[in-house]
Amino acid sequence: MGQGILLSGGADIDFMIHGVFSYEVFGQTVWITTSHVCVLLVMLVIIGFGIAANRAIKHATEVPGTFQNIIELIVEKLDGMVDTTMGKNGANFRNYIGTIFIFILFSNISGLLGLRPPTADYGVTLPLGVMTFTLIHFNKFKHQKVSGVLKGLCDPWPIWAPINIIGDIAVPISLSLRLFANVLSGTVMMALIYGLLSKIAIIWPAALHVYFDLFSGAIQTYVFCMLTMTYVSDAIGDN
Amino acid sequence: MNEIFNTNFILGCSAIGAGLAVIAGIGPGVGQGIAAGFAASAVGRNPGAKSDITSTMLLGQAVAETTGLYGLLIAMLLLFVKPLI
Repeated sequence: MGQGILLSGGADIDFMIHGVFSYEVFGQTVWITTSHVCVLLVMLVIIGFGIAANRAIKHATEVPGTFQNIIELIVEKLDGMVDTTMGKNGANFRNYIGTIFIFILFSNISGLLGLRPPTADYGVTLPLGVMTFTLIHFNKFKHQKVSGVLKGLCDPWPIWAPINIIGDIAVPISLSLRLFANVLSGTVMMALIYGLLSKIAIIWPAALHVYFDLFSGAIQTYVFCMLTMTYVSDAIGDN
Repeated sequence: MNEIFNTNFILGCSAIGAGLAVIAGIGPGVGQGIAAGFAASAVGRNPGAKSDITSTMLLGQAVAETTGLYGLLIAMLLLFVKPLI
């Protein structure tokens, strides 16, 4: 009776992270969970795609074949997105933004293939947010120097400095929570539909998969990358 | 006194709290609707800028969605992580 009424609908409702196996490190029990497995699968797919793309580009032909065409289209679109958002600073960030775009996109749409999306684990999205945070502040110190950072911290008056610090810390938290909660809500909705309506859940959940996995996942990927680019080009400034 | 505050009572209160927490979804709904309405009128005025307007609208809507998602997260925590037990 320890379960809530939501979970009394059946043991089929399952969207939690499960441990696969555990081992002991320095007296701590460390679990390898389904998130790790899913991240590894996504990484394998991306690495395989990358190797195939590398081979195709090395043997590039004058008139591109189908696969080469697809690669060129992807790279062109990603570079165009970075360049239109960041302007002349874009060239340095094409690689990073392209990488996290492809990683988050593949993670989000891996729900289509029956995996639990790795981005529905806060342990995956928080590092992405922290990476953005590091990038913002590295570029801030690099381009605005210490004096500029201090001036930005005491923006209207020095008494506002604590509020500005809280605002800075809120950036990675809100970025990662937004991605996490969006993907998690999709996962929970699909688990509820398959668990509670398992008798009549035939074919029509495909439409919901298109919304929750493809549409929502692509939008959130785009938003994460756009916000990262906006914050970083803000940190770089005009000079 | 301890009779009342048993596990099931706390679970029931958590469920009520989760229900109250997702009321936070009202705000983003209204906000996203306003953003979409203004985007529609902007496209009506300047159909050439449709792709720019759409991407700006989606970005703004996704940012506005955040507060609703915080409410959803609180509901999830109350229902499945059960911090009060």
